[in-house]
Amino acid sequence: MWAGVLVACAACYALKLAGLSLPASVLQDARIQRTVPLVPVALLAALVATQTFSTGHHIVVDVRTAALIVAIGMVLLRAPFLVVVASAAATAALLRLL
Amino acid sequence: MDSTARRGIIRDALGIGIATGAYALSFGAISTAAGLSLLQTCALSVLMFTGASQFALVGVVGAGGSVWAGAATAALLGSRNALYGMRLSSILDRSRWRRAAAAQFVIDETTAMAIARESVPESRFAFWATGFAVFALWNLGTLVGALATHALPDPKVLGFDAAPPAAFLALLAPRLRAREPLAIALGAAVVALVCLPFVPAGVPLLIVAVLVAIFGIARSRG
Repeated sequence: MWAGVLVACAACYALKLAGLSLPASVLQDARIQRTVPLVPVALLAALVATQTFSTGHHIVVDVRTAALIVAIGMVLLRAPFLVVVASAAATAALLRLL
Repeated sequence: MDSTARRGIIRDALGIGIATGAYALSFGAISTAAGLSLLQTCALSVLMFTGASQFALVGVVGAGGSVWAGAATAALLGSRNALYGMRLSSILDRSRWRRAAAAQFVIDETTAMAIARESVPESRFAFWATGFAVFALWNLGTLVGALATHALPDPKVLGFDAAPPAAFLALLAPRLRAREPLAIALGAAVVALVCLPFVPAGVPLLIVAVLVAIFGIARSRG
């Protein structure tokens, strides 16, 4: 676990430093400017989907789906981050009690 | 820069620091529930110090993926900080050591605060003020969230497995204001779920990253 954690930390620091240090011409390349902002959109969406609808290698629909629906509602209401997360967790916990 | 501007910047920096501190509570909790130790959780907030990447690493690990798949996802999410660094490099000063220290603070919040200011001294002050405020409160929030979760007998009973997707959704939502990112997000979600039964945990994310990179490069040619 530690090796993965530390390598990931080093990689994230290197990316931050690269932005400050590399000549602007490298990062101003149109392909990089267009592509890099799309990466977090795609990855975060894939994380939402896989962590809501799967257990191991199986696609499942369970209380996490209801939790996600509540979270979407909270985001649309512009609730603060912690409220979005806590209401999703509370939804899953309450439904498990039923 | 007069003292009114300075006070305004400090007030904004503390506001953002407190908001991110609250959100660090959920990071500390999710990381601990995913099985990382207290020290590993705190190391991520001190050394990685970029929220979405930290959530991704612990999210992948918590869902049963390998730490390396989590690390790769974290690094891919961190790539946007390189673009922020490029925008900040004309604002920050050129001394090599100060630049190496500044790099750790290159994140969404400091970039937004620095580029919103009109003069270079104000931008630079906003960058450092926001950086210190967010760093202090992000790490404090992480520690408190992790300690509180350590005290719980079974995090799953409290719905902690439903927390990471909500966190990712909250990080994603501000990026979906146009039609193209919304289409990309939906496409990525479908691709990840289709791949999921056939590849090791965490790998669907890497497939999505490769496809979106190909898409972005193809689009910028056309």
